[in-house]
Amino acid sequence: MTIDLKTVKHISKLARISLEEKKAEKLADDMNSIFEFIEKLNELKTENVEPLTSIAETTLRFREDKITSDNIREKILKNSPEKNDDFFVVPKVVE
Amino acid sequence: MTEITSLSLFELIKNIKEKKISSNEVAKSFIDRAQKSKKLNAYVTENFENCLKLSKEFDNKPNFDLKLPGIPIAVKDLFCTNEVRTTAGSNILNNFVPSYESTVTQNIWNEGGILLGKLNCDEFAMGSSNETSFFGNVQNPIAKDLVPGGSSGGSSSALAANLTPVTIGTDTGGSIRQPASFTGTVGLKPTYGSCSRYGIVAFASSLDQAGPMSKDVKDSSILLEVISSFDKKDSTSIDFKRNNYSSDLTRNIKGIKIGIPKEYRVDGMPGEIESLWKKGIEYAKDCGAEIIDISLPHTSYALPTYYIVAPAEASSNLARYDGVKYGLRSSGKNLIDMYEKTRSEGFGEEVKRRIMIGTYVLSSGYYDAYYLKAQKVRQLIKQDFDQAYNKVDAILTPSTPSSAFKIGEKSNDPVSMYLNDIFTVPVNLAGLPGISIPAGTDKNNYPLGLQIIGKPFDEQTVLNIAYSMEEKINYKNNINDWWME
Repeated sequence: MTIDLKTVKHISKLARISLEEKKAEKLADDMNSIFEFIEKLNELKTENVEPLTSIAETTLRFREDKITSDNIREKILKNSPEKNDDFFVVPKVVE
Repeated sequence: MTEITSLSLFELIKNIKEKKISSNEVAKSFIDRAQKSKKLNAYVTENFENCLKLSKEFDNKPNFDLKLPGIPIAVKDLFCTNEVRTTAGSNILNNFVPSYESTVTQNIWNEGGILLGKLNCDEFAMGSSNETSFFGNVQNPIAKDLVPGGSSGGSSSALAANLTPVTIGTDTGGSIRQPASFTGTVGLKPTYGSCSRYGIVAFASSLDQAGPMSKDVKDSSILLEVISSFDKKDSTSIDFKRNNYSSDLTRNIKGIKIGIPKEYRVDGMPGEIESLWKKGIEYAKDCGAEIIDISLPHTSYALPTYYIVAPAEASSNLARYDGVKYGLRSSGKNLIDMYEKTRSEGFGEEVKRRIMIGTYVLSSGYYDAYYLKAQKVRQLIKQDFDQAYNKVDAILTPSTPSSAFKIGEKSNDPVSMYLNDIFTVPVNLAGLPGISIPAGTDKNNYPLGLQIIGKPFDEQTVLNIAYSMEEKINYKNNINDWWME
């Protein structure tokens, strides 16, 4: 199976990464060589194997539903590229 | 007297406790050396002034009961440090200043450690040579224009060059052990769940583990004891009884069973790796270990599995970098355009490549064929180890299939770069502890490492075997300070 340019462009849309035409071609080449290497897994029969979803054999812990931090709004907003007093600012999304 | 910067962590602690040297003198020595070592490009962010200040405060009011009394330590720039810039080697986090501290680094400061600065690494820890860092290549102190390994390449370089007494790295597929092997140092990846992932910039959450890097095995045991802890803030942190790794450290490994997996004899493996491994087996025997041949039949499927699981998790983890809450923002004509431009300009080529692979294997129609398949093979790889551990206590392999390579040698061929992690990746997939110790050199006099893999939560046995073999191997790095100004 080969990954064509159209697929690469579709994936870059899904991943929200804009791609120049030239970069997309290089990426298609790279992805094809990586997937050629990955296809090795098809040698293995795995119908009856349980997928391993977590290596830590523990069940997730419950905690009480209560606030444990003080008012950290300022700290959270501190690193944002654009903000007003209380909010993150993004380009307009509704007309 | 030996220079302060070439002392081991253990010796430094001893000297400080005996008041032969002060914390401030130690800090000054490492900072002086770092300032003459800019050519290595090991540091991304220096914390020198603050370090000097805190070391003076320690000396004025010392507490010698702490495990790291006034010891300055530089850490990989993947650990969030409160009020100190944390970049993960990426342009997208170039200006990120966390307002919280990772648990692992907090544990170090609680025991008296002082932050020297933040060390270079591959972007989001994705790389095996430190060449994907936005902040440039790092030099290996062993020789000019040699990669220090990766992703913890700034850490391994700084450590081998005596810019920090010990350091911590993170290891998702070999990122502690491979750079340790390339620089003639010791690197330990603990069992998954041993060290908290809280506050570590996430790459692949089911594989990521923090761990110590040091000049010798004893120092790694001291640092592991400090950083390993149960932490409620990490949902996969495991509450098990942790040893006093340094005081329980022993060279007596008589009767310990060490497995030699035949599948690690890979095609095209250089003869010097093969002979290093053979020598390692002899050393282990000399130490009193019993050698047993074992089989890990799915070994050759580990890398392909890793290159589905890790990018899939990365694509999900890195979705958070959208130019809204923190990090870089590029301007766009609408919200989507802003996202796409921010991520295109903020991420480097290797990171984009992996996000693309991850997005693809998780996308509709391909999930079962790739991601689910990889999770199943991961189960088989784990079962290989489970079965082996019915017969043996630990496993001995080479750390890497080659010694350090030249900067630029592999950067245009992703697959050949990925092959570097062939011996380390299975350990992450199975969540096991593994250590790399220096064991010899190749024909160019570049260091080569041996890896000891243990049972889950049995870091003590791994450390003990390493400690015992280290004495027999008696490896010494031959570094001539070629980069010094």
